Amino acid sequence: MTDVVRIFRRSSAALFGLGLVAVMAVLAVLAPWLAPRDPDAIDTARRLAPIFTAGHPLGTDEFGRDLLSRLLFGARISLVVGLTATALAALAGSFCGLLAGFVGRWVDQLIMRAIDTLMAFPYFLLAVAIIAALGPGLVNGMVAVAVVNIPFYGRIVRATVLAVKQTEYVESARALGVSELRLALTHVLRNCLAPVIVAVTLNIGGMITALAGLSFLGLGVQPPTSDWGSMLAASRQYLNVAPHVAALPGIAIFLTVLGFNLLGDGLRDALDPRLR
Amino acid sequence: MAAVGGGGLPAYALRRLLLAVPVLFGVSVLVFAVLHLAPGDPAAIMLGAQATKEDVQRLHRDLGLDEPLVVQYVTWIGQVARGDLGRSIPLGRAVLPEVLLRFKATLLLTAGALAIAVVLGLVAGIVSAVKQYSWLDRLSMGVAVTGVSLPVFWTGIMLIIVFALQLRWFPSSGMSSPYDSGVTDVLWHLVLPAVTLGTASAAALARLTRSSVLEIIRQDYVRSARAKGLAERAVIARHVLKNAINPIITVLGVQIGFLLGGAILTETVFSWPGLGSMMVRAIQARDYPLVQGGVLLIATTFVVVNLAVDLLYAIFDPRIRYD
Repeated sequence: MTDVVRIFRRSSAALFGLGLVAVMAVLAVLAPWLAPRDPDAIDTARRLAPIFTAGHPLGTDEFGRDLLSRLLFGARISLVVGLTATALAALAGSFCGLLAGFVGRWVDQLIMRAIDTLMAFPYFLLAVAIIAALGPGLVNGMVAVAVVNIPFYGRIVRATVLAVKQTEYVESARALGVSELRLALTHVLRNCLAPVIVAVTLNIGGMITALAGLSFLGLGVQPPTSDWGSMLAASRQYLNVAPHVAALPGIAIFLTVLGFNLLGDGLRDALDPRLR
Repeated sequence: MAAVGGGGLPAYALRRLLLAVPVLFGVSVLVFAVLHLAPGDPAAIMLGAQATKEDVQRLHRDLGLDEPLVVQYVTWIGQVARGDLGRSIPLGRAVLPEVLLRFKATLLLTAGALAIAVVLGLVAGIVSAVKQYSWLDRLSMGVAVTGVSLPVFWTGIMLIIVFALQLRWFPSSGMSSPYDSGVTDVLWHLVLPAVTLGTASAAALARLTRSSVLEIIRQDYVRSARAKGLAERAVIARHVLKNAINPIITVLGVQIGFLLGGAILTETVFSWPGLGSMMVRAIQARDYPLVQGGVLLIATTFVVVNLAVDLLYAIFDPRIRYD
């Protein structure tokens, strides 16, 4: 464990990523106290106000709503939705991978063919197709993005299970009469933890981008909820007169995703030096 | 080529082709499910709140929604095999010609983005690896990690603000000018969307190319090639790139999927008349046949691309077992 911390701390990029993620998380948690105004309060007299306007440090949007407040509350939505979707995908994918790798035979065949089918779709297209079936909305967007990512975790966990199953200590535990279920839940699952943690950290950035993309298309979070993707979509009408309305939510998405990507790279290097 | 296993490359190609059949079957089931997973009555959703009960019943009959699911699937797949993807209700036209027309624009955008991604990604990755730990390496990897973190829809909007609205070098939307649809005009319209879509892929390719080349550079046979006095350029071209190409080809397949999916966002940003922007409108209009047609066409293309990538992989690497 100390080795992991040492390798991680040696990487300035990873520490920068961790710092970015921590700042975003703090801003999201403290949004109700940090936001200068109600993010949904309309002020038509101050539409599309520029940055550094008195009372609106980052300006206002097309309805005169305070951009800083909307960005802070948007951080809550992005992080909560991104983390929940990642957790859903990781849990469902890991369960499928564990089942496929541990049980084997026709169960493995069935799960792997289903995973192959999901992977036959371009990533974002499948999410859009699922939304087409379920209808636009925050929860459906989250489900769509989670389903699309199940194969990612399923394959990682299955490969780890297959490798761990062959090890001598698992054979010994089996010979000692440890039940298959207990074997799967203790020895095998524990070994899957490191690759899954790395995968989760590397995956969150993509999840946040995909969910913002769905909202940008009008298929995810619906207005008037403060969300970075839908804020960007609305800003397209005013690019000529108020480019900052488009720039700011994008910068917020970029910094959050960059933070998770750098953190993920750092964790991967620290937890699994073979993947470097 | 030292083919291992029975039958060589043609037999491998045939086997790989047969393996694609169950995947295509799975794809068709999922596309079929798009209509049937919809909560509520798809016919009522498609016709909207103003539709009469008779209208809904008629559409129910037309779509065969009264039949058992298996019968509906068999009927649908039979129609698909004959090139009949159904009719779009809001457009009042057959789906196939509509999606094929739009697909050309999507393919053009994807091809442009792929060209940018390959050129930028390979060059940056190779230079980074060859000049490892130099300022050039740090710069290109810094740009790459930034590139993979940029949302394509935001990159597109920023490019529009700078290069279309401020500098006026390129058009901000569409695929051609009102009175000119020549090749030059289309290419002029293609620049910003292709750069937008290609940037993220270029970044991912650069990172992979760097690690792939670095792995090969450390091999004994590369050291031997250098030791026998071969020029560095020849070592890189003849020994390193030739062996580093396979993982790059594999990722290229994945990237084509990323580009086909990302095209949905890019087309919306630039009002590019492709399949992606059409599908977004179709989803909002609950035009299920059009959505199904679009998804089926793109997913089938992706399966074929992956098949081609696998075959290329086998051609480039004689060590691949064909059995």
